[in-house]
Amino acid sequence: MSILQIKNLHVTVETDQGTKEILRGVDLTIRSGETHAIMGPNGSGKSTLAYTIAGHPKYTVTEGEILLDGEDVLAMSVDERARAGLFLAMQYPVEIPGVSVSNFLRTAKTAIDGEAPALRQWIKDIKVAMENLRMDSSFTERNVNEGFSGGEKKRHEILQLELLKPKFAVLDETDSGLDVDALKVVSEGVNRAKDSVGFGALLITHYTRILNYIKPDFVHVFVAGRIAEEGGPELAERLEAEGYDRYVNA
Amino acid sequence: MTSIINEHSHGLAPVQMRSERKRSTDIADFAAISKTEEQWRYLDVERLKGLDAGILPAFDGEISFTAPAGAAHEIVGIDHDLFGSAGTPEDRVSAAAWGAAGQIHVLRIPANFSSTEPVRLEVTGASEAPGALHVVVEAGTFAEATVVIDHRGRAVLAENIEIIAGDESKLKVVSVQDWTRDSVHVSAQFLKLGRNAQVEHIAVTLGGDTVRVTPTVAYAAPGGDVNLLGAYFATAGQHFEHRPFVDHSQPNCKSNVTYKGALQGEKAHTVWVGDVLIRKAAEGTDTYELNRNLLLTDGARADSVPNLEIETGEIEGAGHASASGRFDDEQLFYLQARGIPELDARRLVVRGFLNEVVQKIAVDDIEERLSATIEAELARSIN
Repeated sequence: MSILQIKNLHVTVETDQGTKEILRGVDLTIRSGETHAIMGPNGSGKSTLAYTIAGHPKYTVTEGEILLDGEDVLAMSVDERARAGLFLAMQYPVEIPGVSVSNFLRTAKTAIDGEAPALRQWIKDIKVAMENLRMDSSFTERNVNEGFSGGEKKRHEILQLELLKPKFAVLDETDSGLDVDALKVVSEGVNRAKDSVGFGALLITHYTRILNYIKPDFVHVFVAGRIAEEGGPELAERLEAEGYDRYVNA
Repeated sequence: MTSIINEHSHGLAPVQMRSERKRSTDIADFAAISKTEEQWRYLDVERLKGLDAGILPAFDGEISFTAPAGAAHEIVGIDHDLFGSAGTPEDRVSAAAWGAAGQIHVLRIPANFSSTEPVRLEVTGASEAPGALHVVVEAGTFAEATVVIDHRGRAVLAENIEIIAGDESKLKVVSVQDWTRDSVHVSAQFLKLGRNAQVEHIAVTLGGDTVRVTPTVAYAAPGGDVNLLGAYFATAGQHFEHRPFVDHSQPNCKSNVTYKGALQGEKAHTVWVGDVLIRKAAEGTDTYELNRNLLLTDGARADSVPNLEIETGEIEGAGHASASGRFDDEQLFYLQARGIPELDARRLVVRGFLNEVVQKIAVDDIEERLSATIEAELARSIN
């Protein structure tokens, strides 16, 4: 059983107009096996939370802490966080020209595990995971994210989630840009990985659509850089009906 | 400090239009090399170790040839018809080497030849004595072939390579510059394309003190299609210069130029000057040129200058792009977010960046050797 604790997190970012505070005191605790949905309007700071957990250099933490099983995550480099068990499925994965998916996956797996995976089992694991995500086997020969469609990028993120087996997965708007069929495939992938690995999930989304396929245990409404309301799955239903106006205009 | 220089000739008064540059086989027609000349502006003449001094003796290294059946290697005199058939020197070093040795190496690929096995010429230097070499590659009508000219060892070499791609031929020519750290190599490479010929020319420069490669493309008939690719990796103190020139003088021809370079270490210096000239007769031309440089450390300098001269408005397309910069932080973040330590992530990015060109060689042992060399250079000094 692992636990990810976010305590009174304040985060700023440098803009052309100077320093801007995006997160204003976020408190959140996630345990293994739990799925938390973070919902909120555009600009509320949802993605900033995701990238701050992963350690993107653009964001500066001015106050508060993030602890993974008591360890200080903020003191870790980006790659140390990943090796400690944190995974971020990105909304806009970048292209890495000249680096094949197969080389990338093996390099990442070796880094996370601290040793190269046993070859036969690894090839089998990739094959099964790709079949489950309905990805063509030629996919591994392509360069990372280069020329991928929106759906292919998201599948590739979930493929990594299945193979790297983190303790906690942050899914940043994984539903964006997906049609319903692709959304189902990707959601099944997340559920399958979650069942087999037992990670805690932080599902960041603007819409309730993905919550029809990945059932949250907890729903947090994010407004103006902090959690404005918390509840169970019923809160998502209420948001579906009422939208965010109640919070934004409050 | 790291310098990043990108100038577009549009904004500068050109010293001389490319179409007006002097061409001669006589070294006396070229003045002593000076930085006031555009084509030598980035290079200290001392680095040439005497290649510019006067008419040169023959290259004293070893030359070996291997090829599938049908292709042949001959050594002939400079009275041969092929000598000078693809180009004329445009600089003093090329003229110093022109005919200097009295003999030329001809790689003959007959009409209708087809093989997946490459034709190889290995040029292995053994001394620092300045020398000259002349190579002619001739591919006949409908021939399909890959030619690898592999430069290794220690040398101070001025070289002219003439490449004649016959009508309807498909020719790939790979020029590898993988010299010892103290070597000097100035290589003028002249490509002439027949009707509908398709040529891929790949220059890979990884080793040497000073290497200057000038691939020049001329079209003898309409319909030619050339793809000029290059990859280079300069470390501390090395000067690698590539100056591709495409002379569009015939209608309905295509050219695509892509050079990628990585630099690391104090005074690593690369120069890329890409000239494209579209003459009045070259209607329907389609051309694009691109140079990207990745600066891995402070103290390195990449000069990148695309030039486009257009004398007709009736073209399909003409464009260029040039960018030099540091690592893409988002690429590093993505890789690190998958647990890959920063150092390994940087290596992966550089390897991938250069591999995009190296992969196009499609000759396994050459690709593997070049990848290993890139790997070794990265292991030595990224930190």
